[in-house]
Amino acid sequence: MAPTATQAAGSAPVFKTKRPLPFPLNIYQSAIGRKWVMAWTGIGLLGFVIVHMIGNLHLYEGPSRMYEYAETLRDLGGGLLPRTLLLWIMRVGLLAMFVVHLHSAYTLKERSRLASERAGFVGGAKKYASKRDYIAANYASRTMRWTGPIVGLYVLFHLADLTWGWWLGDAYVRGDPYHNVVESLSSIPVAIIYVVANVALAVHIFHGTWSMFQSLGVNNPRYNGLRRNLATALVGVVLVGNLSFPVLVQAGLVDEDNRDCPVNDTTGLECLEKEAGAH
Amino acid sequence: MAESHSGGNGPASNGLGNGVLDSRVPDGPMADKWTDHKFSMKLVNPNNKRRFEIIVVGTGLAGASAAASLSELGYRVKVFTFHDSPRRAHSIAAQGGINAAKNYTNDGDSVHRLFYDTVKGGDYRSREANVHRLAEVSLNIIDQCAAQGVPFAREYGGLLDNRSFGGAQVSRTFYARGQTGQQLLLGAYQALAKQVAAGSVELCTRTEMLDLVTKDGRACGIVTRDLISGEIAAHTGHAVVLATGGYGNVYYLSTNAMACNVTAAWRAHRRGAYFANACYTQIHPTCIPASDEFQSKLTLMSESLRNDGRIWVPEQLDDARSPDLIPVAERDYYLERKYPAFGNLVPRDVASRNAKTVVDQGKGVGPLRNGVYLDFSEVIERDGHPAVAAKYGNLFDMYERITGENPYAVPMRIYPAIHYTMGGLWVDYHLMTTVPGCYSIGEANFSDHGANRLGASALMQGLADGYFVLPYTIGDDLAARLGEPVVPLSDPVFAQAVSEVNDATQRFLSIGGTRSVDWFHRELGKIVWDCIGMERTSAGLEKALSEIPALEAEFWADLRVPGSGANLNSSLEKAGRVADFFELAKLMARDALVREESCGGHFRAEHQTPEGEAQRDDENFAHVAAWEWHDTGTVQTRHVEELEFTEVALTQRSYK
Amino acid sequence: MSGTNGQASHGGTLSLTLRIWRQDGPDAPGRFHTFDAPNISEDMSFLELLDIINERLIEGGDVPIEFDHDCREGICGMCSLMINGRAHGHELATTTCQLHMRKFTDGDVITVEPFRAKAFPVVRDLVVDRSSFDRIIEAGGYISVNTGAVGDANQTPVPKEAADTSMDAAACIGCGACVAACPNSAAQLFTSAKLAHLNLIPQGQPQRWERTEAMVETMEQFFGSCTNHGECTEACPKEISLDFIAFMNRDYVKAKIKNRKLTGQS
Repeated sequence: MAPTATQAAGSAPVFKTKRPLPFPLNIYQSAIGRKWVMAWTGIGLLGFVIVHMIGNLHLYEGPSRMYEYAETLRDLGGGLLPRTLLLWIMRVGLLAMFVVHLHSAYTLKERSRLASERAGFVGGAKKYASKRDYIAANYASRTMRWTGPIVGLYVLFHLADLTWGWWLGDAYVRGDPYHNVVESLSSIPVAIIYVVANVALAVHIFHGTWSMFQSLGVNNPRYNGLRRNLATALVGVVLVGNLSFPVLVQAGLVDEDNRDCPVNDTTGLECLEKEAGAH
Repeated sequence: MAESHSGGNGPASNGLGNGVLDSRVPDGPMADKWTDHKFSMKLVNPNNKRRFEIIVVGTGLAGASAAASLSELGYRVKVFTFHDSPRRAHSIAAQGGINAAKNYTNDGDSVHRLFYDTVKGGDYRSREANVHRLAEVSLNIIDQCAAQGVPFAREYGGLLDNRSFGGAQVSRTFYARGQTGQQLLLGAYQALAKQVAAGSVELCTRTEMLDLVTKDGRACGIVTRDLISGEIAAHTGHAVVLATGGYGNVYYLSTNAMACNVTAAWRAHRRGAYFANACYTQIHPTCIPASDEFQSKLTLMSESLRNDGRIWVPEQLDDARSPDLIPVAERDYYLERKYPAFGNLVPRDVASRNAKTVVDQGKGVGPLRNGVYLDFSEVIERDGHPAVAAKYGNLFDMYERITGENPYAVPMRIYPAIHYTMGGLWVDYHLMTTVPGCYSIGEANFSDHGANRLGASALMQGLADGYFVLPYTIGDDLAARLGEPVVPLSDPVFAQAVSEVNDATQRFLSIGGTRSVDWFHRELGKIVWDCIGMERTSAGLEKALSEIPALEAEFWADLRVPGSGANLNSSLEKAGRVADFFELAKLMARDALVREESCGGHFRAEHQTPEGEAQRDDENFAHVAAWEWHDTGTVQTRHVEELEFTEVALTQRSYK
Repeated sequence: MSGTNGQASHGGTLSLTLRIWRQDGPDAPGRFHTFDAPNISEDMSFLELLDIINERLIEGGDVPIEFDHDCREGICGMCSLMINGRAHGHELATTTCQLHMRKFTDGDVITVEPFRAKAFPVVRDLVVDRSSFDRIIEAGGYISVNTGAVGDANQTPVPKEAADTSMDAAACIGCGACVAACPNSAAQLFTSAKLAHLNLIPQGQPQRWERTEAMVETMEQFFGSCTNHGECTEACPKEISLDFIAFMNRDYVKAKIKNRKLTGQS
């Protein structure tokens, strides 16, 4: 860069340029590239959320159908692959997307914080003394950095709750998802956590869905309105689906009253397997 | 060719010999002069160009394009702007377009026609050879700008669109919406940025030139003030190029940007550069009138409004009625009455003078009685609101934003304002001032527009000088100086100049009076507008010459510049500029007083035809008046450069 | 001249209170000073209001407030100011110099601050240093054609739609309101506007990918990361579209691939 006689203070870079990594890793080194990766991982995670929600609708078909769905997931890949291998591959992939999504979000947030810090002497981070009068930024876009962590923590809770069975203790039956879900969601605090977290997830998805087209640069001015509608529709579907589980369990519409099989990890599972086989 | 008049009291030869004002116009037929001259000029070999350092002051169209082009050639260039970025220069505000004799519309345009129109439009007070060169290079400008990515308006076939503009019967104006100046400036700025990135231009922002340094009569550098740190420093170079714009702000209220000033040109003038035709200033007839005492600037609206609007004032003096309550019988459509053939479409100067006449009679409209109506009610009734909105929507919105009035419902109020100055530093055919090594380009020089500039020609001249003229002509003079080092900064001339600038700065800070710079500027502006505005009289000019020095004396006694010189201090910056405006205003009055004729932007009430038109005196005044500075307190000496018209026959305008 | 037929009531005055940020230099602490501004004409622009306050300060022997301004017709991009939490004030598509006092109400308290971002250090009072924008342009915001080295202007037709969209982007005045309004202090709108201006037209194609990569990476030396809020477009006095940011995002990732191909790497 050519020197300027006055060496204006504003010409001093705020961020150091890093040594470029080999292609395609260098894409992730730039903020725009990172947003691009964030959008792709967001799409992946969003896909998971939708599929997961649809899959969970099996809950309404009763314990054996739910058992069958869970077994099908474990059997993915048919006889070609060892049992649960494909599921594990998907889980690892999902985890990787999750980690990358989180990492990009955190580092980009840090970048923006640094770009705004010491911007003035009001506060430190970018703040204006007068209340900021936002025009375009909506609640969803401004709270991504809150809804994100809420969803993250919720995922951990959700795994601990229904995959690892930390909360239910003896009541947890590995391999009987119907029972576990109903058991867990019958507790009012747990139901509240699920409701709150899913609302946060919906808010997060709302901005994310609109935003990913922008980050990927696949927008067209003609379809800008459509993007907003798509975001709203997606959020509606995910929200209704996911909230239906805690709400209906709490309302007593989903319970174990009509269950034929016993609840345990021996005879209970055998019974479920038999029922499933009869379908 | 040159003779001299002593200042102030009309022609009186004092025997200055030929060659004082050698315009260096090459011989040969008009159409070949520039081509032949380019061949005959001495060249600097590409490897030697980097041994020359050139200082460019100003980064508008002329400065940015010159700095970029010179550095592309290989010269080492140091460029200065008082703005924070070259992109802020006031060239950015030009709306209309840029002329070029491309004849893309096949309507008979040619280099000769553009040349002819410009000489005629300048009321036969410009140098033919310069204007012809301008018309020639206008072709290259459009090519250059299109290649730079200037988003000119296009037709559906993807080719360039043209429109017509005042003073021409062909469509030769290229435009980029209403922001042609912005787009051309950004093109030049980007070309400059490319050279800055390549390391061949050193860009100094927020740095104001405060003096020209000369050694043995030759320009060798400048003195600048860093506007942020207050540091006063000298810079050395083989040549200094001044591209610092016009002096319209001497009127205080003008369409110029707030920071436009004459300081760089004026300091060069004080170091020996002659100042030419200071009285040639251009008025734009359709500006929005000032709304109160604190108005800081006037906004121009496109002249195209006069195509459909009807101009009128109430018959009755000081009529306070709302315009819709004034019956047609009590309105004076004065332009239609006086000029039945051209009506509201008379040229800028005629429309402007007549507006001043009726306002001075007390028929002005608006809260300050300082405007005339431009009424669209008839055309709205005839063509409908949507048709008018489609044509003038942007302008109407702009008017409403500024005045708070809806021009669809009430007539617009307009009044003339200063927006361009044709006068400036005298330059020869090489664009060199009378100080060897010091060049002046763009609006800062006097060269191409004569006594009046045609619309869409300012952008053309700025870019012509910067891209295609100066880069050639400067080489001819530098070639002779190959091997000469720059004058080192350790030379006493620099220390002397720096100390003088320091003293001047301290002087402003130490007056310790009671009034702000703006107050003095405003008062000066009133005098200049009243006496050296669109209509000048001998008595008015004499009045100006007595009132200005009085106000100037008060300025030096009662000015208050708060703060220090060691940081950003806009009062201090303005003080220096206004001090120069005082001296310039006196020169304008003297120049106007000696020029006993009316031509273009200079209208002397004593010299008009029976119909009230400008009356030129070609016998006595077909010349350029260039003033030589002697000393503060002494009147400048007037030199003349006779103008010869070999290609264009002199005729008198008539718009009856 | 009281208002019939949409005529504004001229001569109306306002009494206002202004809280204005004052700061001696980049490293000096700053604070708000409160000024009473009685009898302010409704026809004044916001900058003329500051002129008056300054004139009164000078009369009282004080140092006037520094603020950036120049053309006062909305095109030079010099004026800035955060007025009541909005860049260039609350009028859409308006620069501070074109904001008129009739848009305020008698008795208003108006808070005036400089544009804030780490890359825009305060020079003094309300003046900030926006030279980082020049550095972004220097990185590639141009088409490399030396003076004279070009053919006839009509040799390269430019589709009208491309020319028009390019002009939409080129209308940017470089004022920095986008950065000031952005909660992330990102300069995406400014950078993408210049990229779109040059990348959309045929003349800009040879350097398209090199330009995109260089300008984006220079931008990222100074500014935060876009989170697609859209505040920038709303603050932009020239209403530059958010779509240009998407265009830049697309071109940037493409550039990473294209620039390898151009150098013979697959």
